[in-house]
Amino acid sequence: MDQEHIVKSFDQDLNQIESLIIEMGGLVEAQITDAATALKRRDVELGGKVISGDKRIDALESDIDQAVVRILAQRQPMAQDLRAVVVAPKIASNLERIGDYAKNIAKRTSVLAKTEPIGSSAGTIKRMCALVQDMVKDVLNAYVSRNAETADDVRMRDEEVDQMHNTLFRELLTYMMEDPRAISPCMHLLFIAKNVERMGDHTTSIAEQVHYMVSGEIFDEERPKSDTTSTTFIEPDAAE
Amino acid sequence: MSAYALQEADTEVMAAAKPETEPLIAARNVNVFYGDKQALFDICLDVPEKQVTSLIGPSGCGKTTFLRCLNRMNDLIDICRVTGDITIGGKNIYDPDVDVVALRAQVGMVFQKPNPFPKSIFENVAYGLRINGLVDSKGELKDAVERALTQAGLIDEVHDRLEAPGTSLSGGQQQRLCIARAIAVEPKVILMDEPCSALDPIATARIEELIDSLREKFTIIIVTHSMQQAARVSQQTAFFHLGYLVEYGATDTIFTAPSDERTESYITGRIG
Repeated sequence: MDQEHIVKSFDQDLNQIESLIIEMGGLVEAQITDAATALKRRDVELGGKVISGDKRIDALESDIDQAVVRILAQRQPMAQDLRAVVVAPKIASNLERIGDYAKNIAKRTSVLAKTEPIGSSAGTIKRMCALVQDMVKDVLNAYVSRNAETADDVRMRDEEVDQMHNTLFRELLTYMMEDPRAISPCMHLLFIAKNVERMGDHTTSIAEQVHYMVSGEIFDEERPKSDTTSTTFIEPDAAE
Repeated sequence: MSAYALQEADTEVMAAAKPETEPLIAARNVNVFYGDKQALFDICLDVPEKQVTSLIGPSGCGKTTFLRCLNRMNDLIDICRVTGDITIGGKNIYDPDVDVVALRAQVGMVFQKPNPFPKSIFENVAYGLRINGLVDSKGELKDAVERALTQAGLIDEVHDRLEAPGTSLSGGQQQRLCIARAIAVEPKVILMDEPCSALDPIATARIEELIDSLREKFTIIIVTHSMQQAARVSQQTAFFHLGYLVEYGATDTIFTAPSDERTESYITGRIG
């Protein structure tokens, strides 16, 4: 609905929350890209920039929480306004988690930069990150344009991230079996892969919030999940 | 829109509400005219028993007019004409054989401004019991008055001054006295027309707490301009606009995810 509120400052309050979410989302997108690039290029300096950049994201989450509490107290929002206000801190919390994972990737980058590259894993992770970053971009577009369909589409795309994670998991286990000296970098890469997989999960959670905000309906069906790493086992012989 | 289409639309509005229990009050195709001007259009509304139903909408939308149809208060206005059916407990209250005085004892009303009689606190509550012949002795009358004052949450504040004039009480107390007066005759339904609009927040909270406890025994219909109040006190909410029932459903749904854009505009405070 494009209609304005009779009380104009109410619109300003809601717009402020939206702007904060957009700013936070934009920063998170950049953090994902930079963390992946730093890993691929073994760029410790860029990694450091990602680590320090996380503070601004945390501060924005806090700003959003405060704006939401104030608007609830002052405006007692109803219907679509109420939904827009209650989803904001949830979306912010998901974005903050994604930011944390990007920061963690950057931390591990400084260790990995000192070791030999493991196959093409850094490239695979960069592609995974690109997928997730695209999902974040699209879910933010869905948020701004109040488009539930785009949000639903993002929610379904996480399956691809899961599948890449599965592949990477098996690949890294195999490397570790072949050469115990690879265990240390492979473990870091495994955690990084897991981080990206979790970023995807948080993005689908944002998509569900956007869906609720737009339609007023809560998803009751489970989304398809393809992460099979919890049950993956590779026989030692298979690595030889 | 043709009359037929209107009826269809209203049936849809009602079907969406789906009260789980058999409704106590059923309004069917209610039209109200003040002279040539039509104030309500084909209202169909089921009110479930022992729940609070709130009627909301901008000034002039017809919510008070509808409320006043439920105990035939509109009969008092010469130019007012009501068509359609309203049944309470299965009985059409517009049937010619209906005793309007008895109906109004069954369907009590509380108004915007507290309006105690210029009599003592005791007499305010006793009046309806006497004229409806509901008590046989002085002892019975005293018990009934005290019971009503207790149910209205007023007894602790007035037990030592029952002979004081009703008008000596504070606004909030006067409103609770009016509620005691309405429930003393043990009605089925209590109609409340903006009962808190003249009260401060504390007195309002007391009335809301009272409404919540009264729904154990009574079916309550409340007209309110406060969306927050409708959200707090009622289980069902009906939104009226320009004489039409636009949307009717569970209060939880109306205030979080209404289905009609006009409801959305109104409750979110947008121009509409």
